[in-house]
Amino acid sequence: MTAHADAHHELEIPYNVMPRPDTGVYNAKLGVWLFLASEVMLFGALFSSLILLRTGAPSWPVGKDTLHVLPATVNTFVLILSSVTVVLAWANLRLGNLKKGRIFIGITLLCGLIFMLIKAYEYNLSFEHHHFPSTNNFFAIYFTMTGLHGLHVLGGMIVFTYFLTVGSKMWHKEPQRFTNRIEVVGLYWHFVDLVWIFLFPTLYLL
Amino acid sequence: MAPKRQVRVGNQWMNARDAWHALEEARRVTLDEERRQRLHDLPFIRKYVFSTDHKVIGIQYGFTALCFLLLGFCLMILMRLQLGWPGHAFSVMKLIGEMRAPGGVLLPEAYNQLGAMHGTIMIFLGIVPLAVGAFGNYFVPLQIGAPDMAFPKLNMASYWCYFVGGVIMLASFGYSGGTANSGWTSYPPLSDIATHGQTFWLFGMVFLITSSLLGSVNFLVTIIQLRAKGMSLMRFPFFVWAQFVTSFLLLLAFPPLEAAAVLQLMDRLAHTSFFLPSGLVVSGTPLGNAGGGNPLLWQHLFWFLAHPEVYVLILPGMGIVAEVIANNTRKPLWGYRSMVGAVIFLGFMSFVVWAHHMFLTGMGTVISAFFQTTTMIISIPSVIILSALFISLWGGSIRFNVPMLFALAFLPMFGIGGLTGLPLGLATADLHLHDTYYVIGHFHYVVAPGTIFAMFAGVYYWFPKITGRRLNEFWGKVHFWISLVCINGIFFPMFMQGLAGVSRRLYDGGIQYAHAKAIAEQTNPFMSICAIGLLCAQVPFLINFFYNAILSILGHRNEIENQNPWQATTLDWAATTSPPLGHGNFEVMPVVYRGPYEYSVPGAATDWTPQHVETEEAPPTGGGMLPEVAVAQREM
Repeated sequence: MTAHADAHHELEIPYNVMPRPDTGVYNAKLGVWLFLASEVMLFGALFSSLILLRTGAPSWPVGKDTLHVLPATVNTFVLILSSVTVVLAWANLRLGNLKKGRIFIGITLLCGLIFMLIKAYEYNLSFEHHHFPSTNNFFAIYFTMTGLHGLHVLGGMIVFTYFLTVGSKMWHKEPQRFTNRIEVVGLYWHFVDLVWIFLFPTLYLL
Repeated sequence: MAPKRQVRVGNQWMNARDAWHALEEARRVTLDEERRQRLHDLPFIRKYVFSTDHKVIGIQYGFTALCFLLLGFCLMILMRLQLGWPGHAFSVMKLIGEMRAPGGVLLPEAYNQLGAMHGTIMIFLGIVPLAVGAFGNYFVPLQIGAPDMAFPKLNMASYWCYFVGGVIMLASFGYSGGTANSGWTSYPPLSDIATHGQTFWLFGMVFLITSSLLGSVNFLVTIIQLRAKGMSLMRFPFFVWAQFVTSFLLLLAFPPLEAAAVLQLMDRLAHTSFFLPSGLVVSGTPLGNAGGGNPLLWQHLFWFLAHPEVYVLILPGMGIVAEVIANNTRKPLWGYRSMVGAVIFLGFMSFVVWAHHMFLTGMGTVISAFFQTTTMIISIPSVIILSALFISLWGGSIRFNVPMLFALAFLPMFGIGGLTGLPLGLATADLHLHDTYYVIGHFHYVVAPGTIFAMFAGVYYWFPKITGRRLNEFWGKVHFWISLVCINGIFFPMFMQGLAGVSRRLYDGGIQYAHAKAIAEQTNPFMSICAIGLLCAQVPFLINFFYNAILSILGHRNEIENQNPWQATTLDWAATTSPPLGHGNFEVMPVVYRGPYEYSVPGAATDWTPQHVETEEAPPTGGGMLPEVAVAQREM
């Protein structure tokens, strides 16, 4: 009863589900692209800071000597895999297969979890070698950027958990809207993945 | 006249015209009942506190922002008392506590706190939320013919993030170490080693940045996706264009400050050295940090935000002024297309001028030359917009009502602010002027008698839309004239002080320096008296505002006559009731047939042809009247 009343209050916003003919996108898709543009500026500012600090420093540690390349390499592949699975989730939902879609959302979530666990292990290794953010500016920027990236991964995981549990109820009433939501979170997830693709060589290899 | 047509309604024949009116009336009553029912069903807290209606959120933003503006102004009054009469005891100082003003004499540390918080509150908690959060939220959806913002829940989240950010900023006043005291720019290394008030400031900023990020995504999607049928880009009212560009600036310029805030938080909490150079000694003891950081990095990140931020402050104001001027000259804006081009170009250019705030840092002549050039270029679009607005006045039969007075005052005031900026954009002149009161005078002319006057124009212009009541004209004029005189009395002497070389960060206004003593003693008391006069001038405004707002809440509205008191053409006035429908704004979604400012169209029946009316010969429609009704009436 309450759910029905709530639905009645809900104002119908145009182009919430179907794309607007002249722009070719639905609202959330445009919204997430704009959000990602601002995210580019956020990480862009941090990468610029890294460049400025590094070019201004008399000496700069080489990542592969001080960081742990093997777990980071594994993590890179874990994230790339998760980007594939999130697309498969969306594709299956578009084909109307909720069950398979949910399996792939679950795998994506699991990849996120594995990434975070490996990252925690790696942080722990650094702490054991007495490498802290306050050690020098290399570790400062390393911990800041990977930490902020980790928060983004965590944010994505929370959203996937929601869609895997209570959020998937929407499928039964508005399948198109639910599929759109997975597409939108997928775009965000690809971006988070892409940030790591930049972080990995810049911090660990160069 | 054509023979009267008869139509059958139920089982009786009646005149087609009467039937149309009866049906129209029936539909209107039903819709209104449904709307009242829908709104009635919502609990109080969803209707007025955690509302997703853009109009309620707009009012929440507006009210909160006006409170913060008043607070920021009161902080400045305390500073001006100290500057006007350095070292004197004032009983009003006791309001900020014995530890900040023992015996009513302001301490230098407290002066720094007031300065930092005045800037922060005015910019981030006052003007931006008022210009974008309040006016943008309320009027952009109405002007483009949208039922609400694209993401109503994000809109609510945006307001509450802003609210939390404001609370965190305010909380630092109660903290024993005091508020942030490193200026609104928070330059390191001072801000890195400052008291914990700075940490409050940084956390507050993170919330405010999140708020404007959510808001700007919402505005952009709304403007691009939810335009009414026929609302093509060149039919946007200029206000919508201004908000559109502003949102892009907020979207892309704020994240670097977020990054900078994260780095400074790391410096303060995790003891990193992003902004701390090696070998820093504080109060005679080495800081013991790793070093290797770069204080200029903060300045670059900060000004990368804060220069576009200047345009965030001014563009919505220009948009409001354009609306008011077109409406009260009863004439289309002169050069609408050039103005749109200029505002877009201004947006782009504002991202490549930031380092003109940093000529004093010794960046090197090549970089300085680059930023001087871009700074000179960016003055061109501002001049285009201002000139177009001036030329719009030419030949108009101007109505000098209160919103128009504020809009007219904006033009020369912003002109003074803009032109005095040119010497600051040239490195050679800037070296002399940069740390003086000249800079304070320059940007206050842009923002105070510029933007804030535009905001007042907006308040007086749109108040009837929000409440269904007009503000009193006489008291509005009292408010305007005293404000105009006093505000110039405060800021104009700053140019003289600055040219005389009075530094802008002095607790005693400069009397400790021989070169500054004479002019400081001549001008500072006068400026402080003007500041108090400006405060007094706001009293009639506040009474006028609250008196009418409360009467409106009690239901005293001029329902019919006052729908469109300014006889405006844009959808916000012409196609909705005042106040607009609770959810959905429009009884029937409007269709747009023409540009935004079709005033005094030759051959038209009246001197204003609303955007949603299909033919010019149509009789003037009251607010909320539908185009098809007008057309039907004409055909019969």
